[in-house]
Amino acid sequence: MTLDSKSPGGPIETRWDRHRFGLKLVNPANKRKHTIIVVGTGLAGGSAAATLAELGYNIKSFCFQDSPRRAHSIAAQGGINAAKNYHNDGDSVYRLFYDTVKGGDFRSRESNVYRLAQISVNIIDQCVAQGVPFAREYSGYLDNRSFGGAQVSRTFYARGQTGQQLLLGAYQALEHQIGQGRVKMYPRTEMLDLIMVDGRARGIVTRDLVTGRIESHFADAVVLATGGYGNVYYLSTNAKGSNCTAAWRAHKRGALFANPCFTQIHPTCIPVSGDYQSKLTLMSESLRNDGRVWVPVKKGDKRAPNQIPDAERDYYLERRYPSFGNLVPRDVASRNAKMVCDEGRGVGESGLAVYLDFRDAIARLGVDIIRDRYGNLFEMYERITGEDPYQVPMRIYPAIHYTMGGLWVDYNLMTNIPGLYAVGEANFSDHGANRLGASALMQGLADGYFVLPNTINDYIASSKLPKIDAAHPAVQDAERNVTEISQTLLGIQGSRSVDSFHRELGKLMWDYCGMSRTAEGLQHALNTIPALRDQFWRDVRVTGQGEELNQSLEKAGRVADFFELAELMCLDGLYRNESCGGHFREEFQTSDGEAARDDASFSYVAAWGYRGPGAAPELLREPLEFEYVHPAQRSYK
Amino acid sequence: MALTGLILFGYVLAHMIGNLQIFSPDRGQLNHYAAFLHASSNLALLWLARFILLGAVIWHIVAAVQLSKIKSDARPVGYVKKRDVPTSYAARTMMWSGPIIAAFVIFHILHLTTGAVLPLKEVGANQPDVRYNVVSGFQNPFVTGFYILAMVLLCMHLYHGLWSLCQSLGWISPRHNQKIKTTSAVLAIVICVGFISVPLAVLAGLVTY
Amino acid sequence: MRIVLHIWRQRNASDKGRMARYEVPNVSEHMSFLEMLDVLNESLIARNEDPVAFDSDCREGICGMCGCMVNGVAHGPVPGTTLCQLHMRHFKDGDELYLEPWRARAFPVIKDLVVDRRAFDRLIAAGGYISVSTGSAPDGNAMLVPKKDADRAMDAAACIACGACVAMCPNASASLYMAAKVAHLGTLPQGQPERNSRVLGMVAQAKAEMFGSCTNIGECEAVCPKGIK
Ligand SMILES: Cc1cc2nc3c(=O)[nH]c(=O)nc-3n(C[C@H](O)[C@H](O)[C@H](O)COP(=O)(O)OP(=O)(O)OC[C@H]3O[C@@H](n4cnc5c(N)ncnc54)[C@H](O)[C@@H]3O)c2cc1C
Ligand code: HEM
Ligand code: HEM
Ligand code: SF4
Ligand code: F3S
Ligand code: FES
Repeated sequence: MTLDSKSPGGPIETRWDRHRFGLKLVNPANKRKHTIIVVGTGLAGGSAAATLAELGYNIKSFCFQDSPRRAHSIAAQGGINAAKNYHNDGDSVYRLFYDTVKGGDFRSRESNVYRLAQISVNIIDQCVAQGVPFAREYSGYLDNRSFGGAQVSRTFYARGQTGQQLLLGAYQALEHQIGQGRVKMYPRTEMLDLIMVDGRARGIVTRDLVTGRIESHFADAVVLATGGYGNVYYLSTNAKGSNCTAAWRAHKRGALFANPCFTQIHPTCIPVSGDYQSKLTLMSESLRNDGRVWVPVKKGDKRAPNQIPDAERDYYLERRYPSFGNLVPRDVASRNAKMVCDEGRGVGESGLAVYLDFRDAIARLGVDIIRDRYGNLFEMYERITGEDPYQVPMRIYPAIHYTMGGLWVDYNLMTNIPGLYAVGEANFSDHGANRLGASALMQGLADGYFVLPNTINDYIASSKLPKIDAAHPAVQDAERNVTEISQTLLGIQGSRSVDSFHRELGKLMWDYCGMSRTAEGLQHALNTIPALRDQFWRDVRVTGQGEELNQSLEKAGRVADFFELAELMCLDGLYRNESCGGHFREEFQTSDGEAARDDASFSYVAAWGYRGPGAAPELLREPLEFEYVHPAQRSYK
Repeated sequence: MALTGLILFGYVLAHMIGNLQIFSPDRGQLNHYAAFLHASSNLALLWLARFILLGAVIWHIVAAVQLSKIKSDARPVGYVKKRDVPTSYAARTMMWSGPIIAAFVIFHILHLTTGAVLPLKEVGANQPDVRYNVVSGFQNPFVTGFYILAMVLLCMHLYHGLWSLCQSLGWISPRHNQKIKTTSAVLAIVICVGFISVPLAVLAGLVTY
Repeated sequence: MRIVLHIWRQRNASDKGRMARYEVPNVSEHMSFLEMLDVLNESLIARNEDPVAFDSDCREGICGMCGCMVNGVAHGPVPGTTLCQLHMRHFKDGDELYLEPWRARAFPVIKDLVVDRRAFDRLIAAGGYISVSTGSAPDGNAMLVPKKDADRAMDAAACIACGACVAMCPNASASLYMAAKVAHLGTLPQGQPERNSRVLGMVAQAKAEMFGSCTNIGECEAVCPKGIK
């Protein structure tokens, strides 16, 4: 099988327009006759479901939380990018496009990224009209800030709750359509399998998380907007429920999984405080604008931070990156933190943390200015750690934050399975090997509000989609598969809890497929995971029954899939003999310890195909061409 | 609720002012007032007022009963443990203060209007010697005690009632809430003090027949 | 430290339910409240008992999924804090805590501490939105919004739909939740055209959902983790 990305050629500025013109349309009167399933109600899924319903389609929308408004997008803090150039500071669609391709370390598709930059402008307009309370200047105009080291102010924000406010906008639009009866909402419902008929995606099998009932839903197209898989590491900044199950089960039905090893680590999170730790909390990157990162010069120096004189402090970022200092990009900052901790110079009880010190900033600017800038973040920190950052330096450590990899999709956001689409973090599309701050919200909404609603018509208009019903063997098969998995998990009656397995897997992944990776580390993980997975299937203890609300069973199913995905991530990481963006292979670095890409041999998207249990997956390559932004080495010295 | 509350509030206000005339240097003042109220020419008006008042009280009580019904419907199963976080105590006790006030009113009417409690003196046909009745009535500390208790409850009831009234009628805005609260408190206290002053004055012997 | 818990256990909607007593030894002060419950659940699983079902997702106070009554106060003793943001350092050795689900006719108990809050979504569907189809929007700066209005709207929009206000209100009224949405959309110029239909729709729906009526008691505001007024 060869991969056709369907990316249009010709001048990049007009690709999207010309492509859209080439797409077939569905007559408004007929839309009503078509049902589309949208799994996920985050920024991507919520906006897609609402918009498709406005167009006239019948929508069935699913989420595992008790309300569509609780999707993980709600947690996004910083902001959303858009090339409005309201500040006349030299921003443009082209510059956003350029920054995104470069930031992605030249592993993304130019056509997609350019379209994303073009659409970014409409997103803001749409959200404002919905009543999203973006920050304003006194004049009443929209306010912007520069974010994640960008040189232009193109980030729109709503306090520290941008994701929440954007999601509420989409959620309210969705509820509006639900009220109109155009969308049927299924909260507390988890997709557990994909129904394939004649090689097309025609529905999903779900479990009602309250009653445990297994149900099939049919449609003319299925959209997965199920978010990222960062929780494979157990500890991440993702919500507890975030999972890869929907995407993974689709993968097992034939959907290709692209660049699984591209994961993003966020440098400023609150460190782990004990083995009971259930998730990690992100602290806005903006802290690095005034905070200075350091560790003691001496190994295992257990003195209180304020007792350590400057001479015995190592401000390692400032030392190694004189020009960018504490503001180096996420991956660089993260990796360096790991390095100093590996040298045994980490701080805190666990030794897995570095100091983020505001002493000098407070001395220079005064407490009030600092409180003004970071007051709420300092509060959040104190609430969690019980320490006062005005007095003692913060302790921070990197944590898994985002996954660039995901289901492979073409320019229409359709996977290689006809009728199966993937939007938002669930697909691999626009961020290459590293995502820029404030670009995920942009991508989720671009996909859901503007791209998918334009491309999905073409498939529906040009496909023969005969009616199917529950009697169809494919449906029976999918339902049987789902029931079997639950029954097996419940039947094992082993001795270890699901979480204990998840923790162990997470630790393994963090150690060998985390911030920096080596061939033998990945190989070690590849040898260890199957053993651990077998133990899981032999010894996991899932209490209760299937026909009730059973949170252990929910977790068990998700962890089972994490085990399989974890293996693929390591394999992908092992194949990719280069360092790029979030994927840092210690063997491949420049003399001064920076990521060394190998464009000659790895300028491609790695799309993995499932070949059955135990069988080695098949690797398909989608070569990447760069006609506009020419690959160059990043440097922050 | 709001409407009836408003009427009732209006009445107590007027009534209090009426009562304060007992302090007027002209010892006859209060009786003249009563006489004026009872004057045959005003009889129709008086009864009209009484009907409106009665209607308001009944309506008010009905509304209150409905409220408590909605309340129990909205939470059929209660909490094993429920702590009332510090908010207005008056607000939570409307259902207690209210009925007690009502009970008071009944007693009060029997006392000073119909004379069922102690015989009323009349200076003329259908002309109660209000001054005498009030004074004699309040010479009894128990009567006075009950009156004072009732007035205090009334004060609380009105305090929350008034502020709540403004909310229900939508006379609110985040900026003015505090003002509204204080105004309600002041009004409630003024009314309560105004009323209480009479029995106290009598007990203290400041007001005699 | 050692914590004694009395937790409402109820298998499903039809089950009567009861309080059950548990002990969690050696609780660390750094644990979050929910992590303390995780630890309890691990021990229950080890004893082959059904773990306590409770909702949570983001565990950083933004999704609104978590929440239960702790000693009769929604989200526990610390003001402006969701249950997931509450840390054990606020308790002391030997404390006895009563954990109960939100109680309201409109929020039926699903299991243990998990309740069904879909009524909140239906309130939004009844008018808590601005009708604007995708693509029809003018430029973001075409309509100016005074900063103070934008800020006021943001204050109200911070509601996370946790339901604590309903749970705490002696009348089980949803008026704080509705007021927040009405204020959010009503303070913005975009929200004006549908101003009245929005309020009427939501109020009618609240009645249908059997939420109580507000008598301005104010306990909702006292427990709202987001300081909605
Ligand atoms: C703490 C944090 C801060 C962030 N800050 C920013 C930021 O400032 N700027 C930025 O651009 N990005 C940020 N991000 C990234 C961004 O928030 C996410 O990438 C984005 O919101 C993902 O949206 P989504 O719609 O694709 O998925 P999600 O919002 O995760 O939604 C997933 C949906 O799928 C549903 N679902 C999942 N699995 C199933 C299943 N099996 N069955 C049924 N339903 C299912 C869920 O219920 C949910 O509704 C941040 C991320 C985190 C964790
Ligand atoms: C059986 C007797 C009574 C009961 C059960 C009762 C109960 C109540 C209740 C439940 C309220 C509603 C509180 C709210 O809406 O926040 C209320 C309001 C009020 N009550 Fe009473 N009450 C009674 C008698 C009285 C009397 C005798 C008066 C006046 C002398 C009075 C004056 C008021 C006022 C002014 C309000 C405010 C109206 C409003 O809230 O809109 N009440 N009462
Ligand atoms: C110390 C306080 C009070 C005093 C001295 C007082 C005095 C009186 C007197 C003298 C009368 C008879 C008037 C007449 O027959 O001409 C009267 C009637 C009445 N009072 Fe009061 N009163 C007091 C408080 C109250 C309060 C608090 C209420 C209500 C909450 C109230 C409600 C009434 C009513 C309903 C009547 C009957 C009016 C009528 O005849 O239609 N009083 N009061
Ligand atoms: S108003 Fe406050 S308490 Fe009520 S739902 Fe919103 S956030 Fe929760
Ligand atoms: S507590 Fe209840 S009565 Fe109203 S003010 Fe709050 S909703
Ligand atoms: S779990 Fe999200 S608010 Fe508590």
